[in-house]
Amino acid sequence: MIERITAIARNTFREAVRDRVLYNLILFALLIVGSSLLVGQISVAVDRIVLVNLGLTAISFFGIVIAIFIGIGLVSKEIEKRTLYTVLAARPVRRWEFITGKFLGLVMTLLVNALAMSAGFFAAVAFVSHGLGHGDLQLVTAIYFILLQYVLITALALLFSTFSSPLFSSIFAFATFAIGTFAEDLRGFAQMASGLPRWLMTGAAYLMPNFAALNVISEVAHNTAVQPRLILLNTLYVLVYTAALLTASVWIFERRNLK
Amino acid sequence: MLATLMPAIEIHGLEKSYKTGFFGNKLKQGLKPLTLSVEEGEVFGYLGPNGAGKTTTLKLLLGLVFPSGGTARILGRDLNDIEVKRFIGFLPEQPYFYDHLTPLELLDYYARLSGVDPRERKRSVDTALARVGMTASGKTQLRKLSKGMLQRVGIAQAIVHNPKLVLLDEPMSGLDPIGRREVRDLVQELNEEGKTIFFSTHILSDAETLCDRVAVLNKGELKGVGVVADLLRQVSGEVEVVWQGAKAISALSALGARCHATGDTVRAVLPERLLEAALDALRVNHARLTRVTPVQATLEDYFLARVGEEKSAEVTA
Repeated sequence: MIERITAIARNTFREAVRDRVLYNLILFALLIVGSSLLVGQISVAVDRIVLVNLGLTAISFFGIVIAIFIGIGLVSKEIEKRTLYTVLAARPVRRWEFITGKFLGLVMTLLVNALAMSAGFFAAVAFVSHGLGHGDLQLVTAIYFILLQYVLITALALLFSTFSSPLFSSIFAFATFAIGTFAEDLRGFAQMASGLPRWLMTGAAYLMPNFAALNVISEVAHNTAVQPRLILLNTLYVLVYTAALLTASVWIFERRNLK
Repeated sequence: MLATLMPAIEIHGLEKSYKTGFFGNKLKQGLKPLTLSVEEGEVFGYLGPNGAGKTTTLKLLLGLVFPSGGTARILGRDLNDIEVKRFIGFLPEQPYFYDHLTPLELLDYYARLSGVDPRERKRSVDTALARVGMTASGKTQLRKLSKGMLQRVGIAQAIVHNPKLVLLDEPMSGLDPIGRREVRDLVQELNEEGKTIFFSTHILSDAETLCDRVAVLNKGELKGVGVVADLLRQVSGEVEVVWQGAKAISALSALGARCHATGDTVRAVLPERLLEAALDALRVNHARLTRVTPVQATLEDYFLARVGEEKSAEVTA
């Protein structure tokens, strides 16, 4: 079982690398080098804030775009191209193993991508701040939260990929991400209603993935400490939410006729 | 090679209906209840025109689509027993593989998924590639290979884990005559090693050359199944008569014979039951009989007779 999942994950990773997905790193490198040279010109006091905001937002943006664009094709592309047939038809591969392997392969790709971007980002911060201090550990937390966002968005895109075409999946995934970014506002709006609409709206708001809680870029840019409790809660939240999404993906995929 | 040990494939009333229409309120029967058995060690041809239900049957057997009814067993095990897949090789119709990989990487991937012993894996991959003559292109990305080469890689992936049963969906399609010959030879070799081969095709000459038994499918329904020679006997029954003397043509044509004259030599094909009448007509017309031979029916004749029966019934209706 482990060997089959690993093989599928490895193949997904290799496909992404050979399809030149990691080329986004060139764009990221240009952006980070350009901005670190430019922010120095603005003001000594705000250069780090601007660079941290820009760098972390870029790490988040590049990863999420990749997660959605590859994630939406993880299953549907395999069905459309019929590559899936030779995997599921005559190999002892269970459908849940396939889903898990595809998910882990994309998460691995995003992780490697994020590590490379983070290395460039820390180099730029060190360049602008003339070295790294203890306070910069908060940046690691922010990057960890970005990784959690990747995991969540990959699971979402994969879920959509099990029953929808890539076009609709990308619309669903981007829409869910956009709504999830305002999850806390949504919950606030829901509280303003009353009666049944309030319950319904609150339920719907809580059902949406909370990407807002995973965004601490602004806080860490201003050196505000992230509470360890938030790290724990966010980790648990993403684990549970991702497990639910993967279970739903498997449930749908297990019942699907692969025509 | 025809052995009768145990059925490699046993199908009982297997059927598949799809929901169609905007609201999914119409049912289309892709495969009508099918009962069929393929013995271990035989080469079995599954024939039918495009859309007959051949691929649907294969997908049902391999768990890609779920049956609406009926049961099937492969190598004595239930369809839901995933472990049986270790012993099955499958070549899909017009295969498309992960084109970012090379044939070596692709086969290594499939060997891993099939649970080939890690110590044996490299040897299995190399052997499978060598059998389809692709060793030299082992390190070329699949996206750079021709269609014929991809088909060879497709066959290699179907045998890389040394399966007992090999299912091939239209293995000759898209191949040039040399490629087809090579695939035919390979199928024979695999069969000589004791593997059961089940292949779907609409190229009847291939089936006739290779198969111990065939089944004919049309519009999702089994039209006939049996040993090739027995099936052909059902549709033969015509004789070819050759004689000298064009004068007799009109008499033979009146009997319903199809006549073709070359100079003074005439060939006529007619049903065997009319032979006596035809010989009488030749005698009366003073023709000199050269020879009378039974017409050898081909699988194509059988196929057309079975599929044609249905078409003419439709026209009549």
